[in-house]
Parts: sequence; structure tokens; C-alpha cells
Amino acid sequence: MAALTPAVLPEAGVPAPRAGRSRRAAGAWRAVVLTVAALYFVTPLAASFVFTVNDPAKGFTLEAYGEIFTAEGFARSLLLSLGLAAATITVVLLLTLPAMLAVRLGAPRLRPVLEVLCTLPLVVPPITFVAGISTVLRWGPDYLAATPFYQTIIAVQNPSFPVVLVVAYAVLALPFVYRALDAGLGAMDVRTLVEAARNCGASWPVVLLRVIVPNLKTGLAGASFLTLALVLGEYTVARLLGFEPFSVWIVTISGANAPLSVAVSIFSLLLTWALLLILSTAGTRRSRS
Amino acid sequence: MIETTSAAPAALPLKSRGEGGGRARTRSAGWTGALPLLVFAGLAFGVPAAALLGGAFTAGGAPSTANLAESLRGAYLTAMLSSVKLSAVVAVAGAVLGTFLAQAVVTSRLRALREAVLTASGVLANFGGVPLAFAWIATLGNSGVLTTRLGLGDLGWNLYSFWGLVLVYLYFSVPLMVLVIVPALDGLRPQWREAAQNNGATTWQFWRHVGIPVLTPSLLGGVVLLFGGAFAAYATAAAMVGTVVPLVTLQIADALAGNVLIGHENVALALSLDMIVVAGLVMAVYLPLQRRSARWLR
Repeated sequence: MAALTPAVLPEAGVPAPRAGRSRRAAGAWRAVVLTVAALYFVTPLAASFVFTVNDPAKGFTLEAYGEIFTAEGFARSLLLSLGLAAATITVVLLLTLPAMLAVRLGAPRLRPVLEVLCTLPLVVPPITFVAGISTVLRWGPDYLAATPFYQTIIAVQNPSFPVVLVVAYAVLALPFVYRALDAGLGAMDVRTLVEAARNCGASWPVVLLRVIVPNLKTGLAGASFLTLALVLGEYTVARLLGFEPFSVWIVTISGANAPLSVAVSIFSLLLTWALLLILSTAGTRRSRS
Repeated sequence: MIETTSAAPAALPLKSRGEGGGRARTRSAGWTGALPLLVFAGLAFGVPAAALLGGAFTAGGAPSTANLAESLRGAYLTAMLSSVKLSAVVAVAGAVLGTFLAQAVVTSRLRALREAVLTASGVLANFGGVPLAFAWIATLGNSGVLTTRLGLGDLGWNLYSFWGLVLVYLYFSVPLMVLVIVPALDGLRPQWREAAQNNGATTWQFWRHVGIPVLTPSLLGGVVLLFGGAFAAYATAAAMVGTVVPLVTLQIADALAGNVLIGHENVALALSLDMIVVAGLVMAVYLPLQRRSARWLR
């Protein structure tokens, strides 16, 4: 731990030999840590790739990857997942950012409430959340058949765009979004910035869009990343409620074909990675203009 | 708020009336800003929670604690204990390893390395579920690439075990820890270290008296997050171990799917309630500590 840290030196002062030794030690530690981490994280991916392209009978083959795209339901489930992700990111940011600013500016007593609220989805594991949701959804036919709520319950379960999943995912994403935004807001002096802007005559929308958002770029991008990845990878809720976004689809089609199922796993990882890269470059470009 | 209003009139006496107006607006904006989230959470979270509670305490159409009693006996209890042990091991190991990795990245001068690791962490932290299980099965499963090439099977290696699950769960836990701890490590100002050094502190003393205390809330937050993630994981375990390692999430999914005796469907809800209580206890340890020391990073 101690040796991990390179000495941050004042301009003049600390004798050179000590500085040089601790810096070398820090470099060595860093190299060891990074190498072990790289091995641990790359090995399963590399091994999986070998597993998919190495056919005992035919040798090298990419057949398993070709099968993904021709499999039935590929585009439908993928588009559904992306749509759900976009809706969830929008909903969760629109709900969380104003609340967090409010807590920092006008209602500090709400802070513990918000803190607990945004940690609850971690306390409540998704599978128990599903248990609750499916109980509620069963009320539809059981008790509410004669009321307008029934139509709502049917509508949120529309398989082509299940709103109930957006609601569930927004709840599941709350802790991650809260943490990302909290770190971002903690890094700047929100009150001074806002009060300076307000004293200069800026309206609230201007404060939000031209003062807060540019400063919170990293936090917002991080929150969006986490939400996107969460929605793309989420399996438990979608599966147990009976919907078929991408994460459920890849399990459905993989079946007994081992190379195909592993190929799909690699594909889903690469896809998430690509989307995150696009999102992050878009984020930085927007901020530059 | 108090600081601003008391300082502003002294510096800008002419603006004091405008300042008062701004304060009133700020306060009302505060409550209204938080309102949508509170309402949303109340509906999206409160209603299913109420349904869960109601169901857990209902057996055969009448109020009862029979479901809870059943959920704390025999196979259900074994599964719960096994889940807790697995999550605790993953949380502590993941937090330690993740912090080391994050520190190595934060102190590196390579901007590209930092970006790459953070992006990779964002992906890998959510690379859970069935794909993760498939990737590890292809690597270290019974016919996995490494197992067969290195002859690990003969050495007694078995991925479908408790420690196999730990190894796999760390794959998303360590990156999650990196994501949690990097902002906190960034928050350790270089000036603090310089001040400590100028006062003759060794590196160890700096970490013991400045670094670790300041990081504690984030570290604890990370441990809790990791515990929650491992405790709640379902798909990975379902695809990997089936029923070899008993876990409470597997039991709940089984019960929800109706693979239990007729009339015992609500046992799934009771088990869910047990899970929430366990996770709640972990959180209860974390929150007061977090509040106590969070001020350093503001």
C-alpha cells in the first residue's frame, strides 16, 4: 500500500536519493499490480475466444460468430434493449439531478432521505424486487379487472416496449447514478457556482445547462455508462417477468451449442464496450463545442 | 446558506435585498427539485415492497408467520448462510484488490491507461449474468481451454464450487470497486501529502493518519456495494453451479417459478424478506460510519 504511492515532491526540498528510491519502488509495485490485473481480466476473454474458434474437427473457424447474426430475434431483442436503455437513462437523470442539486442547495435535511433512497436498491436485491413486482402485476387480473388501473397494468407490460422494465431499471440504476453524480458534485463548489451565476442574473435553466452540466460532465457520463451497461446486461428482472431483451435472448438461443453460447457472451461484451466508447467520445465532443 | 447570507451583506450591502429573494427561491426550488424522485420512488419501490411484505405474512389467505418460519429452516437456511459467506468473502477481497488496482491507475502518469482502465471497469463491473458464467466455463470449466491445456482437472480444480464462484464474482466486483474508489483517490489532494512530508511524516504515517481515514467512507461504501452485488447475483450462479452451491437467490427463483409445494408460493416472498433484512443489516453498519467521515471529501 505504502510503496504504491509515488512521492509527490515539492519543487525544492526532499533529498534526491530518497525520492528516486521511492519512485522506483512505486513503479515496480504499479507494474506488478497492473500485470496481475491484466492477466486476471484478459485470460477469460482470450480463453473464451479460443474456445469459440477452435473446432476439434475442423480447426480454426468463425462459424459460431456467424450464427449469432442469423439467429431469429437478434435485431428485435437488441433494439428493445437499446430502447430500454435510452428511456432509463433519460428518466433516471431527469429524476436524480434536480433532487441532488436540491439537497445541496435548498433542502439539506433531505440529504439522508435521498441517501437512503438511493442505497435501497442495493439493499433490496433485484430478485426480491421482481418478487414484489410480479405480485403487484398479478393484482391486475385478480382485483383490478373492473378499474382503469387494469388497462395501465396491461399497458406497462406491452412486450414490444415493457414500460415496467424501464421503471424497474430506473430504480436499479439509482444507486449507481447517485454515486456517480455525488462524486461529480462533490468535486465542485456547487453553492458558490450557483450563487455566482444567480447573482449575475442567470435563470435556473441557464444555471443548470451552462454551469452545472458542463462541470458535471464526467459524473453525467459515468452515470449514463453505468445505466447503459446495467440495462444491457440485466437478466434477472427481465427473465423472471417474462420479457426478452438482448440479455435474455442470448440465453434463449444459445441452448445446447456451447461455442455459440460463448460466442454470444463475447459478442455482448464487445457490444457494450463499443457503445460505451461511442457514448464517452460523444460526451467529450459535446463539451468541447 | 447561513455563511453566504451573513457574508454577503457585509461585502455587498446594496445587494442584500436581492440576496434574500434568491434564498427564498433557492429553498423552494430545493423541495420541488426533489419531489419527482420521491414520488417516483414511492410508487416504483413502495408498492412492490408493500406487496412483498403483505405476501410474506400471508399463508393460505390468512395473516401468518408460517412462511417466515419455513424460510429459516433446513435447506433454505443453508442457502442463506452460504450466500452470506460467499458475499462477505467477495466483498472484502474485491475491495482490497480493487483499491490496489485503482491506486496503481490513479498514480500513473499515463492518461491513456487511466481512461482505458476506467472504461474497462465500467464494462466489466456490469459483465455479470449468464455471459460471465459462459466465459468462465469456457476458460476453467471441466472442458475449458485452460483446464484441458494445463491439466488442472487432474490437480483437483473444480470451477463449480464455492471458491470457483468467488473467483468468478471478483471479475465484476474488482472493477466495481475501482469505479467507486477512483473519485475518492482523486480527492486525496497532493497538498495533504506535501504537508505531511514537510512535517516529516513517512509514507506509512501519511496513509495511517490521513489517507486511510479520508478514504474510509468510500472503502466501506465499496464493501457494502460489493456485498450487495454478490449477495444479489442470480444469473451467474444459476448458469454456473446450478444447485451444487446452495444460494438463496436460486431458491427464490425456484419458488417464484412455482417449483414448490402448492400453497407455498409465498415462501419466495418470505425468503426475499430475509434477504432484504440481511442486506439491511450490512447497510446499517455502513451508514453511520459513512456520515461520520464523509465531510473530508466535500
